[in-house]
Amino acid sequence: MAIHLRSAEELEKMHRAGLVVYDVLTALRDAVQPGLTTMDLEKLAEEKIAGRPGKAAFKGYRGYPCVLCTSVNSEIVHGIPSPKRKLREGEIVSIDFGMEVDGYYADSAVTVPVGKIQPQLQKLLDVTRESLDRAIDKMRAGNRLGDVGHAVQSWVEQHGYSVVREFVGHGIGTKMHDEPNLPNYGDEGRGARLQEGMVIAVEPMVNAGRPEVHMRDEWVAETADGSPSAHFEHTVAVTANGPWILTRPKEMTGPSW
Amino acid sequence: MARPIREEKKKDDSGNSKEDAIEVMATVIEPLPNAMFRVELENKHQVLAHVSGKMRKNFIRILAGDKVAVELSPYDLTRGRIVYRYK
Repeated sequence: MAIHLRSAEELEKMHRAGLVVYDVLTALRDAVQPGLTTMDLEKLAEEKIAGRPGKAAFKGYRGYPCVLCTSVNSEIVHGIPSPKRKLREGEIVSIDFGMEVDGYYADSAVTVPVGKIQPQLQKLLDVTRESLDRAIDKMRAGNRLGDVGHAVQSWVEQHGYSVVREFVGHGIGTKMHDEPNLPNYGDEGRGARLQEGMVIAVEPMVNAGRPEVHMRDEWVAETADGSPSAHFEHTVAVTANGPWILTRPKEMTGPSW
Repeated sequence: MARPIREEKKKDDSGNSKEDAIEVMATVIEPLPNAMFRVELENKHQVLAHVSGKMRKNFIRILAGDKVAVELSPYDLTRGRIVYRYK
Protein backbone atom coordinates (compact mmCIF):
# COMPACT_ATOMS: atom_id res chain seq x y z
CA MET A 1 0.00 0.00 0.00
CA ALA A 2 2.93 2.21 -0.42
CA ILE A 3 2.60 5.46 -2.29
CA HIS A 4 4.84 5.44 -5.34
CA LEU A 5 7.35 8.21 -5.85
CA ARG A 6 7.94 9.01 -9.50
CA SER A 7 11.25 9.99 -11.02
CA ALA A 8 11.59 13.06 -13.23
CA GLU A 9 11.64 10.73 -16.20
CA GLU A 10 8.41 9.05 -15.17
CA LEU A 11 6.77 12.42 -14.61
CA GLU A 12 7.70 13.40 -18.16
CA LYS A 13 6.00 10.26 -19.41
CA MET A 14 2.87 11.04 -17.45
CA HIS A 15 3.02 14.58 -18.77
CA ARG A 16 3.03 13.20 -22.33
CA ALA A 17 -0.18 11.37 -21.56
CA GLY A 18 -1.43 14.49 -19.81
CA LEU A 19 -0.91 16.65 -22.87
CA VAL A 20 -3.08 14.35 -24.97
CA VAL A 21 -5.74 14.52 -22.28
CA TYR A 22 -5.48 18.29 -22.29
CA ASP A 23 -5.81 18.50 -26.07
CA VAL A 24 -8.87 16.30 -26.08
CA LEU A 25 -10.57 18.08 -23.19
CA THR A 26 -9.98 21.55 -24.56
CA ALA A 27 -11.27 20.46 -27.97
CA LEU A 28 -14.39 19.00 -26.34
CA ARG A 29 -14.85 22.02 -24.15
CA ASP A 30 -14.86 24.26 -27.20
CA ALA A 31 -17.16 21.90 -29.10
CA VAL A 32 -19.92 21.73 -26.50
CA GLN A 33 -23.08 23.41 -27.70
CA PRO A 34 -26.81 22.86 -27.44
CA GLY A 35 -28.09 20.03 -29.63
CA LEU A 36 -25.00 17.83 -29.42
CA THR A 37 -25.48 14.48 -27.75
CA THR A 38 -23.04 13.14 -25.21
CA MET A 39 -22.30 10.36 -27.70
CA ASP A 40 -21.22 13.06 -30.19
CA LEU A 41 -18.63 14.14 -27.63
CA GLU A 42 -17.50 10.54 -27.24
CA LYS A 43 -17.07 10.22 -31.01
CA LEU A 44 -15.17 13.50 -31.16
CA ALA A 45 -12.84 12.28 -28.43
CA GLU A 46 -12.21 9.07 -30.31
CA GLU A 47 -11.40 11.04 -33.45
CA LYS A 48 -9.02 13.26 -31.51
CA ILE A 49 -7.03 10.35 -30.09
CA ALA A 50 -6.90 8.34 -33.30
CA GLY A 51 -3.27 8.30 -34.46
CA ARG A 52 -1.96 9.64 -31.15
CA PRO A 53 0.30 7.45 -29.04
CA GLY A 54 -1.25 5.49 -26.20
CA LYS A 55 -4.84 4.60 -25.55
CA ALA A 56 -7.85 5.91 -23.72
CA ALA A 57 -7.69 4.84 -20.11
CA PHE A 58 -11.36 4.49 -19.19
CA LYS A 59 -12.62 2.18 -21.91
CA GLY A 60 -12.60 -1.31 -20.48
CA TYR A 61 -11.57 -0.13 -17.02
CA ARG A 62 -13.60 -2.37 -14.74
CA GLY A 63 -15.90 -2.84 -17.71
CA TYR A 64 -16.55 0.84 -18.42
CA PRO A 65 -17.88 1.09 -22.00
CA CYS A 66 -16.60 4.46 -23.27
CA VAL A 67 -13.52 6.65 -23.49
CA LEU A 68 -15.29 9.57 -21.82
CA CYS A 69 -17.42 10.15 -18.80
CA THR A 70 -20.07 12.78 -19.53
CA SER A 71 -22.04 13.76 -16.47
CA VAL A 72 -24.87 16.22 -17.07
CA ASN A 73 -26.43 18.49 -14.42
CA SER A 74 -27.22 16.38 -11.35
CA GLU A 75 -24.94 13.59 -12.51
CA ILE A 76 -21.81 13.84 -10.42
CA VAL A 77 -19.38 11.50 -12.18
CA HIS A 78 -19.19 8.52 -14.54
CA GLY A 79 -22.10 9.47 -16.76
CA ILE A 80 -22.00 7.21 -19.79
CA PRO A 81 -22.23 8.90 -23.20
CA SER A 82 -25.49 8.18 -24.98
CA PRO A 83 -26.88 9.05 -28.41
CA LYS A 84 -30.18 9.83 -26.67
CA ARG A 85 -28.79 12.43 -24.29
CA LYS A 86 -28.96 15.74 -26.10
CA LEU A 87 -27.32 18.70 -24.40
CA ARG A 88 -29.70 21.59 -23.93
CA GLU A 89 -29.06 25.28 -23.48
CA GLY A 90 -28.48 26.09 -19.81
CA GLU A 91 -27.16 22.69 -18.76
CA ILE A 92 -23.73 21.84 -17.44
CA VAL A 93 -21.74 18.81 -18.49
CA SER A 94 -18.67 17.38 -16.80
CA ILE A 95 -16.27 15.77 -19.26
CA ASP A 96 -13.78 13.38 -17.71
CA PHE A 97 -11.03 11.77 -19.75
CA GLY A 98 -7.84 9.81 -19.19
CA MET A 99 -5.01 8.43 -21.32
CA GLU A 100 -2.40 5.77 -20.95
CA VAL A 101 0.84 6.35 -22.87
CA ASP A 102 3.76 3.93 -22.49
CA GLY A 103 2.18 2.48 -19.39
CA TYR A 104 1.73 5.82 -17.64
CA TYR A 105 -1.64 7.38 -16.92
CA ALA A 106 -3.04 10.88 -16.79
CA ASP A 107 -6.58 11.83 -15.83
CA SER A 108 -8.42 15.13 -15.98
CA ALA A 109 -11.91 16.59 -16.10
CA VAL A 110 -13.67 19.86 -16.73
CA THR A 111 -17.27 20.97 -16.31
CA VAL A 112 -18.56 23.03 -19.21
CA PRO A 113 -21.65 25.21 -19.57
CA VAL A 114 -23.91 24.44 -22.50
CA GLY A 115 -24.72 27.78 -24.11
CA LYS A 116 -25.83 30.43 -21.63
CA ILE A 117 -26.38 29.24 -18.08
CA GLN A 118 -27.98 30.69 -14.97
CA PRO A 119 -25.65 32.83 -12.85
CA GLN A 120 -26.05 30.48 -9.88
CA LEU A 121 -24.84 27.55 -12.00
CA GLN A 122 -21.89 29.60 -13.18
CA LYS A 123 -21.12 30.29 -9.53
CA LEU A 124 -21.13 26.55 -8.79
CA LEU A 125 -18.62 26.04 -11.59
CA ASP A 126 -16.46 28.95 -10.43
CA VAL A 127 -16.42 27.79 -6.82
CA THR A 128 -15.57 24.21 -7.80
CA ARG A 129 -12.83 25.29 -10.17
CA GLU A 130 -11.43 27.59 -7.51
CA SER A 131 -11.49 24.72 -4.99
CA LEU A 132 -9.34 22.70 -7.39
CA ASP A 133 -6.88 25.59 -7.61
CA ARG A 134 -6.76 25.83 -3.84
CA ALA A 135 -6.21 22.09 -3.54
CA ILE A 136 -3.46 22.10 -6.15
CA ASP A 137 -1.72 24.89 -4.29
CA LYS A 138 -1.54 22.57 -1.25
CA MET A 139 0.19 19.85 -3.27
CA ARG A 140 3.59 20.66 -1.85
CA ALA A 141 6.15 18.45 -0.16
CA GLY A 142 5.68 18.51 3.60
CA ASN A 143 1.94 19.19 3.47
CA ARG A 144 -0.46 16.39 4.30
CA LEU A 145 -3.35 14.88 2.37
CA GLY A 146 -5.73 16.40 4.88
CA ASP A 147 -4.47 19.87 4.00
CA VAL A 148 -5.49 19.30 0.39
CA GLY A 149 -8.90 17.92 1.27
CA HIS A 150 -9.46 20.68 3.77
CA ALA A 151 -8.65 23.31 1.16
CA VAL A 152 -11.49 21.97 -1.00
CA GLN A 153 -13.99 21.41 1.78
CA SER A 154 -13.54 24.72 3.57
CA TRP A 155 -13.81 26.73 0.36
CA VAL A 156 -16.81 24.82 -0.95
CA GLU A 157 -18.79 24.77 2.28
CA GLN A 158 -18.19 28.44 2.87
CA HIS A 159 -20.24 29.00 -0.30
CA GLY A 160 -23.08 26.80 0.90
CA TYR A 161 -22.25 23.87 -1.35
CA SER A 162 -21.22 20.39 -0.30
CA VAL A 163 -18.47 17.95 -1.26
CA VAL A 164 -19.15 14.41 -2.35
CA ARG A 165 -17.84 11.81 0.10
CA GLU A 166 -18.38 8.61 -1.89
CA PHE A 167 -15.84 9.42 -4.57
CA VAL A 168 -12.31 10.60 -4.06
CA GLY A 169 -9.21 11.72 -5.89
CA HIS A 170 -6.55 9.10 -6.23
CA GLY A 171 -2.90 8.40 -6.71
CA ILE A 172 -2.09 7.79 -10.37
CA GLY A 173 0.93 6.48 -12.25
CA THR A 174 1.28 3.07 -13.80
CA LYS A 175 -2.30 2.34 -12.72
CA MET A 176 -5.22 4.69 -13.07
CA HIS A 177 -6.32 4.25 -9.46
CA ASP A 178 -3.38 3.95 -7.12
CA GLU A 179 -2.57 4.80 -3.55
CA PRO A 180 -3.41 7.08 -1.85
CA ASN A 181 -7.04 8.09 -1.81
CA LEU A 182 -7.52 11.82 -1.64
CA PRO A 183 -10.92 12.74 -0.22
CA ASN A 184 -12.19 16.23 -0.94
CA TYR A 185 -12.68 16.78 2.75
CA GLY A 186 -10.45 16.46 5.74
CA ASP A 187 -8.66 18.11 8.62
CA GLU A 188 -5.55 20.17 8.29
CA GLY A 189 -2.43 18.37 9.46
CA ARG A 190 -3.95 14.91 9.10
CA GLY A 191 -3.20 12.14 6.66
CA ALA A 192 -0.08 11.02 4.83
CA ARG A 193 2.66 13.55 4.25
CA LEU A 194 3.24 14.62 0.64
CA GLN A 195 6.69 14.00 -0.79
CA GLU A 196 8.43 14.95 -3.97
CA GLY A 197 7.48 12.57 -6.75
CA MET A 198 3.96 11.78 -5.56
CA VAL A 199 1.31 12.13 -8.25
CA ILE A 200 -2.35 12.49 -7.42
CA ALA A 201 -5.46 13.10 -9.48
CA VAL A 202 -7.06 15.95 -7.57
CA GLU A 203 -10.75 16.13 -8.35
CA PRO A 204 -13.26 18.08 -6.31
CA MET A 205 -16.85 16.96 -6.90
CA VAL A 206 -19.20 19.62 -5.60
CA ASN A 207 -22.96 19.43 -5.19
CA ALA A 208 -25.03 22.60 -5.11
CA GLY A 209 -27.34 20.91 -2.62
CA ARG A 210 -26.71 18.10 -0.20
CA PRO A 211 -23.71 15.78 -0.43
CA GLU A 212 -25.58 12.48 -0.65
CA VAL A 213 -25.06 10.34 -3.71
CA HIS A 214 -27.50 8.09 -5.50
CA MET A 215 -26.12 5.38 -7.74
CA ARG A 216 -28.38 5.17 -10.77
CA ASP A 217 -26.61 2.02 -11.84
CA GLU A 218 -23.22 0.44 -11.45
CA TRP A 219 -21.55 3.54 -12.86
CA VAL A 220 -23.61 6.69 -12.91
CA ALA A 221 -23.52 8.66 -9.68
CA GLU A 222 -26.01 11.48 -9.27
CA THR A 223 -26.97 13.77 -6.44
CA ALA A 224 -29.62 12.24 -4.22
CA ASP A 225 -31.53 15.54 -4.03
CA GLY A 226 -31.30 16.21 -7.78
CA SER A 227 -29.24 19.36 -7.34
CA PRO A 228 -26.61 20.15 -9.97
CA SER A 229 -23.06 18.97 -9.43
CA ALA A 230 -19.73 20.15 -10.81
CA HIS A 231 -16.43 18.33 -11.21
CA PHE A 232 -12.95 19.58 -12.12
CA GLU A 233 -9.81 17.49 -12.13
CA HIS A 234 -6.11 17.60 -12.87
CA THR A 235 -3.30 15.10 -12.45
CA VAL A 236 -0.82 16.89 -10.20
CA ALA A 237 2.75 15.99 -9.23
CA VAL A 238 4.52 17.17 -6.11
CA THR A 239 7.93 18.54 -7.17
CA ALA A 240 10.76 20.53 -5.65
CA ASN A 241 9.36 23.56 -7.45
CA GLY A 242 5.87 23.07 -6.04
CA PRO A 243 2.84 21.53 -7.70
CA TRP A 244 3.14 20.55 -11.37
CA ILE A 245 -0.11 20.12 -13.29
CA LEU A 246 0.71 17.23 -15.62
CA THR A 247 -2.53 17.52 -17.57
CA ARG A 248 -1.83 20.84 -19.22
CA PRO A 249 1.10 22.42 -21.07
CA LYS A 250 4.05 23.35 -18.88
CA GLU A 251 4.08 26.97 -19.95
CA MET A 252 0.51 27.54 -18.84
CA THR A 253 -0.05 29.48 -15.65
CA GLY A 254 -3.07 30.95 -13.97
CA PRO A 255 -6.29 29.17 -13.03
CA SER A 256 -6.29 25.40 -13.38
CA TRP A 257 -9.13 25.44 -15.89
CA MET B 1 -12.23 9.19 -13.39
CA ALA B 2 -13.12 9.48 -9.74
CA ARG B 3 -12.43 6.53 -7.53
CA PRO B 4 -15.25 5.12 -5.45
CA ILE B 5 -14.16 5.40 -1.84
CA ARG B 6 -14.83 1.72 -1.42
CA GLU B 7 -13.68 0.11 -4.61
CA GLU B 8 -14.85 -3.49 -4.49
CA LYS B 9 -12.00 -5.88 -4.06
CA LYS B 10 -11.66 -8.50 -6.72
CA LYS B 11 -12.95 -11.53 -4.86
CA ASP B 12 -11.66 -14.99 -5.53
CA ASP B 13 -14.36 -17.51 -6.18
CA SER B 14 -13.66 -19.62 -3.11
CA GLY B 15 -17.12 -20.50 -1.90
CA ASN B 16 -18.24 -17.09 -0.71
CA SER B 17 -21.98 -17.65 -0.50
CA LYS B 18 -22.78 -14.05 -1.34
CA GLU B 19 -21.06 -14.57 -4.66
CA ASP B 20 -22.95 -17.47 -6.16
CA ALA B 21 -26.43 -16.25 -5.31
CA ILE B 22 -29.15 -16.20 -7.95
CA GLU B 23 -30.84 -12.82 -8.12
CA VAL B 24 -34.54 -12.73 -8.98
CA MET B 25 -37.44 -10.30 -8.84
CA ALA B 26 -40.10 -10.84 -6.21
CA THR B 27 -43.10 -9.22 -4.55
CA VAL B 28 -43.46 -8.99 -0.80
CA ILE B 29 -46.46 -10.98 0.47
CA GLU B 30 -46.31 -10.39 4.18
CA PRO B 31 -43.89 -9.09 6.75
CA LEU B 32 -42.92 -11.59 9.43
CA PRO B 33 -41.22 -11.09 12.79
CA ASN B 34 -37.44 -10.74 12.97
CA ALA B 35 -37.24 -8.64 9.82
CA MET B 36 -38.17 -11.62 7.71
CA PHE B 37 -40.57 -11.45 4.80
CA ARG B 38 -42.52 -13.93 2.80
CA VAL B 39 -42.02 -13.05 -0.83
CA GLU B 40 -43.39 -14.44 -4.04
CA LEU B 41 -40.97 -14.89 -6.90
CA GLU B 42 -41.86 -14.29 -10.52
CA ASN B 43 -42.23 -18.02 -10.93
CA LYS B 44 -44.89 -18.00 -8.18
CA HIS B 45 -42.68 -19.76 -5.65
CA GLN B 46 -42.91 -18.39 -2.15
CA VAL B 47 -39.72 -18.07 -0.16
CA LEU B 48 -38.72 -16.72 3.22
CA ALA B 49 -36.37 -13.80 2.83
CA HIS B 50 -34.48 -11.61 5.23
CA VAL B 51 -33.28 -8.08 4.60
CA SER B 52 -29.63 -7.75 3.66
CA GLY B 53 -27.37 -6.14 6.21
CA LYS B 54 -26.59 -3.31 3.85
CA MET B 55 -30.30 -2.47 3.50
CA ARG B 56 -30.87 -2.66 7.24
CA LYS B 57 -27.94 -0.42 7.87
CA ASN B 58 -29.39 2.17 5.55
CA PHE B 59 -32.91 1.80 6.94
CA ILE B 60 -34.54 0.76 3.71
CA ARG B 61 -38.07 -0.06 4.84
CA ILE B 62 -40.01 -2.80 3.20
CA LEU B 63 -43.77 -3.14 3.11
CA ALA B 64 -46.14 -5.75 1.78
CA GLY B 65 -46.60 -5.32 -1.96
CA ASP B 66 -43.14 -3.87 -2.62
CA LYS B 67 -41.20 -5.12 -5.61
CA VAL B 68 -37.83 -6.33 -4.44
CA ALA B 69 -34.76 -8.12 -5.73
CA VAL B 70 -34.04 -11.33 -3.85
CA GLU B 71 -30.85 -13.35 -3.85
CA LEU B 72 -31.36 -17.06 -3.48
CA SER B 73 -28.72 -19.45 -2.30
CA PRO B 74 -28.27 -22.28 -4.76
CA TYR B 75 -28.21 -24.64 -1.78
CA ASP B 76 -31.51 -23.73 -0.16
CA LEU B 77 -34.07 -22.31 -2.56
CA THR B 78 -36.65 -21.71 0.16
CA ARG B 79 -34.72 -18.86 1.70
CA GLY B 80 -33.38 -15.67 0.27
CA ARG B 81 -31.95 -12.29 0.98
CA ILE B 82 -33.64 -9.07 -0.07
CA VAL B 83 -30.97 -6.93 -1.65
CA TYR B 84 -32.93 -4.16 -3.28
CA ARG B 85 -36.31 -2.49 -2.98
CA TYR B 86 -37.66 -0.93 -6.13
CA LYS B 87 -39.42 2.38 -5.99
